[in-house]
Amino acid sequence: MNQSAAIIEIRNASYAVTGRPVFAGLDMDIPRGRITAIMGPSGTGKTTLLRLITGQVAVDSGSIVVAGQELAGIRRADLYVLRRRMGMLFQNGALLTDFSVFENVAFPLREHTDLPERLIRQLVLTKLQAVGLRGAAELMPAELSGGMSRRVALARAIVMDPEILIYDEPFVGLDPISLGVILRLIRRLNDALGITSIVVSHDVQEMSTVADAVFLLSGGKVVAKGTPQQLQTYPSEIVRQFIGGLADGPVPFHFPAPDYFSELLAGGEKS
Amino acid sequence: MKLIEELWTSLIESLGALGSVVRFLLRLLAASPRALLRPDLIAKQIYNSGALSLVIIMLSGLFVGMVLGLQGFELLQRFGSEEALGTAATIGLVKELGPVVTALLFAGRAGTALASELGLMRATDQLSAMEMMAVDPIRRVVVPRFLGGVIAMPLLAAIFSVIGIYGAQLVGVQLMGVDAGSFWSQMRASVGLSDINEGIVKSCIFGVACSLIAVYEGYYATPTAEGVGRATTRTVVTSAVVILFFDYLITAAFL
Repeated sequence: MNQSAAIIEIRNASYAVTGRPVFAGLDMDIPRGRITAIMGPSGTGKTTLLRLITGQVAVDSGSIVVAGQELAGIRRADLYVLRRRMGMLFQNGALLTDFSVFENVAFPLREHTDLPERLIRQLVLTKLQAVGLRGAAELMPAELSGGMSRRVALARAIVMDPEILIYDEPFVGLDPISLGVILRLIRRLNDALGITSIVVSHDVQEMSTVADAVFLLSGGKVVAKGTPQQLQTYPSEIVRQFIGGLADGPVPFHFPAPDYFSELLAGGEKS
Repeated sequence: MKLIEELWTSLIESLGALGSVVRFLLRLLAASPRALLRPDLIAKQIYNSGALSLVIIMLSGLFVGMVLGLQGFELLQRFGSEEALGTAATIGLVKELGPVVTALLFAGRAGTALASELGLMRATDQLSAMEMMAVDPIRRVVVPRFLGGVIAMPLLAAIFSVIGIYGAQLVGVQLMGVDAGSFWSQMRASVGLSDINEGIVKSCIFGVACSLIAVYEGYYATPTAEGVGRATTRTVVTSAVVILFFDYLITAAFL
């Protein structure tokens, strides 16, 4: 296995959706064993980047190497083998609604292993204990709050002991307490299990407390990278706008539109 | 000229859609052998599509049989051959009404349930989550539902026909006074294995068609509330048209 410092290497990757380029010549190294934040304004392709890293979509050109495995042209079977080494936390948790909390966490074990029931029970309870929800094992997903769903999904994501754990917008719509819980879990799981965490988010404050490294994406390119502290003083307009939360700047407040006055004077006639 | 162009594009689009349905079917069939190793998953889906549709199928079968009894009696009486009621009702049910009405009800009850379930799983990222857990959703979720429907449909059609025959007997014999002995003996004498075979072939093909349309529409539903709603509607509409179209083809083939 490739033991270099970077667990994910993206080289000159290009990807377009219906002819519109999302990424053109993207280069990125995601360090092993750290918490890496991928940030940027909405619509810059953060989620697309996750889909590329996880092999849900393939690059048009360039290369993405994940844990020593090239994703371009990878066979479905190899991709599934690789995915067993990854865990992913979806924005809404994506729990299987037919199954209880316990069965949701047990699901990957039941599908991929022939472990005896007693061992499955122990593993599931250990992971649920780690996210503080052992007492909720018998509840159904519909009975959980948003924060609890995400914690269950987190337990499910780590039940196969992955090397890479990916979070897609883990803080969206959480109250401050749940948010704090998730932040702490990200740090604790990363350090205790020695995994690599990749967090896609646009919550500047939250990420600056937990991330070891930050990539700021804009317009399909990495416009800044470094520690959260380095980004605070980064000499770039777009970084300042994003970190400072300014309404107007390189990312314009107005969606591209024809001239305001001429459109008003046109009297409602669509041209 | 414009009309021809539009017809041509819609023809190409329909062929494209048909092609993707066939490709999806091949994918399901390729994944089926491994899915058969998990009979518990298929049994659960037979329960969902079959057992849970039993009440509506049995009630409809009873009423359709009773109507056949009335109409058949009325018609046959004109020729003085009411004793043939058993034969007429049975042939009508086993060859035609059993498979067709069951399939239409199946599309409305089980097909819509399948399509909306899969569509919602898509919309709430459950299918993507499975893929990320290295579990193929086609094999784990779609194929058991497809096979469950394929197995349940002929069984439901058989139950529909049997209950329907009892319904016809109830009206014809108990109410209208057709002789019970001739009702049953004429039926046994004139209904052959080929009639039953036709019904079995129809219900099997309808089972494949309805289940395929339902899982296809659900699996490829646009992941929004509106998209899931549209997928459900399309399941019923497409199934109904396909069932009646195939019904004609198979009937013609058996002549």
